[in-house]
Formats: sequence, C-alpha cells, structure tokens
Amino acid sequence: MNKKNAAFYGFIGILAAITLAALTIIIGYILMNGLTYINLEFLAEEPRRMGKEGGIHSVIIGTLMVTGVGILIATPIGIAAAIYFNEYAKGGKGVAVIRFFTEILAGIPSIIFGLFGFAFFVIFLGMGWSVISGGLTLALMVLPTLIRATEESLKTVPMAYREGSLSLGATKWQTIVKVIIPCCKPGILTGLILGIGRAIGETAAVMLTVGGSLRVPTSLFDSTRTMSVHLYILSAEGLSREKTYATAALLIIIVLMINITANLISSRLGGTYGN
Amino acid sequence: MEIKTKFAIEKLNLHYGSFHALKEIDMTIYENKITALIGPSGCGKSTFLRTLNRMNDLIQGVIIEGTVRFDDMDIYQNSYDIIELRKKVGMVFQRPNPFPKTVYENIVYGPKIHGEKDKSKLDHIVEKTLREVALWDEVKDRLHKPATGLSGGQQQRLCIARCLAVEPEVILMDEPTSALDPVATSKIEGLLEDLAVKYTIVIVTHNMQQAGRVSNYTSFFLNGKVIETDKTEVIFSNPRDKKTEDYITGRFG
Repeated sequence: MNKKNAAFYGFIGILAAITLAALTIIIGYILMNGLTYINLEFLAEEPRRMGKEGGIHSVIIGTLMVTGVGILIATPIGIAAAIYFNEYAKGGKGVAVIRFFTEILAGIPSIIFGLFGFAFFVIFLGMGWSVISGGLTLALMVLPTLIRATEESLKTVPMAYREGSLSLGATKWQTIVKVIIPCCKPGILTGLILGIGRAIGETAAVMLTVGGSLRVPTSLFDSTRTMSVHLYILSAEGLSREKTYATAALLIIIVLMINITANLISSRLGGTYGN
Repeated sequence: MEIKTKFAIEKLNLHYGSFHALKEIDMTIYENKITALIGPSGCGKSTFLRTLNRMNDLIQGVIIEGTVRFDDMDIYQNSYDIIELRKKVGMVFQRPNPFPKTVYENIVYGPKIHGEKDKSKLDHIVEKTLREVALWDEVKDRLHKPATGLSGGQQQRLCIARCLAVEPEVILMDEPTSALDPVATSKIEGLLEDLAVKYTIVIVTHNMQQAGRVSNYTSFFLNGKVIETDKTEVIFSNPRDKKTEDYITGRFG
C-alpha cells in the first residue's frame, strides 16, 4: 500500500514538475530572446517599414484600446446577466437554455467569432475595420467567462445576508447592489482578469475585425493593430526576429502585470467574509 | 392597562408544494408583550414567524391562505407595502448574520436604505441602538472594524441593534440564542425584558426554560397546528391540553 502511495505521489510530482517546467521554459525563452530588444525606442517609436524597424508604440496603444473597449462593453453586460441568472430567474427553464448557449459560446473557436464580427460589425453595421468592431467582437468572446465567474461568486454569498437585508426593508435591488455585489468583488475581478487575458491574446478574431493599420488610432472607428496581431504578422512574414521576440516579451510582461495587480486588489478585498 | 392587539391571525394555512406546513392557525399577538412560540422541530413555529414579515415570500411554491392582520391591516393583501411591513416588523435570525462590513456600516445599513443621509443622525442611531443592546461599551473603539471579528454573542446583539436602527414596532426572533453559549444567551435574555417596553417581541425557541423565563405569552405548536396559546404561567403550570403538558414535562420533543 505504502509503495503504491509513494509511486502515486511520485507520479503526481513528475506531472507537476512538467507543468511548471513548461511554463518556465516558455516564459523564460521568450523573455531571454526578447527582453534585450525592449528599450525606450521600442516602446515610444512608431513602427517603420511594416514593423521591421522602429518601435511598436501605435501597436501598444491599439492593444490597450481594443482590449479596453471589449472589457468595458462586456463587464456591465456580463455582471448584469449573471445577476439576472442567479438572483432573479433562478431555476427557470429559459435560463437553463440561455446558460447552455453561453457555455457553447465559450467553446467556439475564436476565428468563428472573427468571421461573425467581420460579417456583422464590419460589413453589416458598417463599422469597418475598427477598434469598436474588434471591441464588440472581443466582448462577445469574453462574456461567457465573465458570466460564469460572477455567477460562481454570487453563489457563495450566504442566503443569510440576503435575508438580513430584506428583513430590514431593503428591496431586492438594494440588497444586490449594497450587500451582494460587494461580497462578490474578488470573484468578479477574477473573471475580469481571465477575460482580459483572453482578449489581449486574441489574434484571429481581432485580425478580421480591427484590421492591421500601423497608425495610432485616434477614434473608435479607426483601424489599428494589436500586439498579438503584430506578432503574428511579424513572424508569419519573417519581417524581424528581434522585433517579434521583443513584442512577445512585452505582451507576456503586460499580462503578468495585470494578473499580479488584480491578485493584489483581490487579496485586499477578500477576507471580510464571516461564517 | 389595556392590552392592544398587534397581530391578529385567523385561519392561516400555509403549503410548501404538497406539504401542509401550517394548519388553521388562529392567534393574537399583543403589543409590548413577549410571545414565545414553542414546539418540537419541524412543527411550523419558524414558518409561522416568517409569515409575519412575509419572509416566506422568498421561497418558491409557497401558498398562504387566511388572514394576518397587523394593526388591523391584512398584510397579505396585494396593496400592502411589503417594504413598510418589514420596516415595522424586524427580524433576528437563528445564526448571527452581520454583513461583511464594519460594525458602524451594519447598523446604518437600514436607516441609509430608508433615506437617512445626515451623518450626525446616523452617528446618533449607532450609539443609541448599541446602547440599547448593551454592546456600546464593548465595541465603541472598533466601530469601523469588520463586524465579523466580533464574538457570536456580540454579533447577535449587533444584529438586534441593526434591526432596532430602522425603528421597528415588532421584533421577530427565530431561535436567536440557539447558536450562542450560555453567557451570551443570558445577556440576550436579559435584553428582551428591556426591549419589550418599547417593542412587541415574538420569539421562537427550542428551549422551554427560555420561554418560561422571558415570555408573557406562550404558544405551543405541534405538527403545524397551534395546540394552545395562553399566558406563559398558565401554559407552564396548568395547560389545558394533554399534549402541551406532555411536551412541557418532557415526555416527547
């Protein structure tokens, strides 16, 4: 029995080590190849000769805009949907159907979202290749994650808080806004991070809806280029090995920074739960 | 002194789906008195308590028939304002349920919801209600610390204070001491008498000694029916019904 146990622990240990190693190697490899090329010039200058030379300033701006717009659109809708599912329409048949489709939405390949975004936002609504088309498409992609994370955290709020609030003469809405949502902040934040992670790394859907302009976007209706798309184009067309790695390294750094910040906020928000 | 009626309940029936939880209940609850509801587990006393502030509305599939008059108004009429009802009829739960906010925020939660914005008035409410539940001296230096850091007994007194902060007329208590130790329990029992001067109290309790110690009236529930209601001393010394006597003397339950 003991032998079996030891073997089992060994096996699990090896798997854990493989996971950790894979992560370290990927991040380490990219950073080692890319970090040396990241300097002020790379961050502050516009790309020249299709990105072969110069920096990626406009691409950074484009990334932040597209991701930001996507998250800004998805967050209120996602939270509202989760609240509706969990607090209002509990257990209804309609909700089961909507939830089923939301789950499916989460599993659809991003290129399909891209095609839909292209056909609907870019062509049908005439928004063209633009920040807003990309943002809307990303919002659709991020929604399931956000809804799921918010719902999970709504479920952990004890019924006793709801009863306590209602028994004081609060309306359901006041209860949700003043008691339940504050309890869910860490969970919602986790959903947001996952959403941002998905949005910022998205390539296919963004390429089809945002286009690939290298100019700094000045409005929501301008085309731009995100770092993931830039990365793809640089490497697919073999424009510049060093710029490719520098972009990749920067993307990883940004994603890590978002994660760390969110974790800090989350741990500060958490820990006020009672029994 | 004339005793006024606060709640008049007539032919109250409550069904959870196919389960008939309350059967033909008639009861009167008097103003500024403490009414204890006793009976074995599952006899419907908590369910009955929750009909008085319409908390059963939260549960799906509940059907309620009969009348519950509060100050001569039927609270189950569609036109009755449920928010007003819950303002006037506060509730303290079995397990202390302070919000994960500070002591101060817990108390001002109710007044703020009902539109009180004046900081000095809110401060006054906090001090007044905490004094009413004899908690002020224990928490005055930690008003802005999380309420969840208080002991169970303190949390429960905080919940009573939170309930008092909206100036109710009636306080419903659902086994308020069952999750507390004996010291905390005796503190809360001591409070009840003082509170009854201003408020009408209905308390569900598992503990017959508690009912005997604190209440003016006692109602004995069994299998969803009220077996008898009377002055507490009568119920405990000279019950009319054999079943009440058996329960009180500990033959079942």
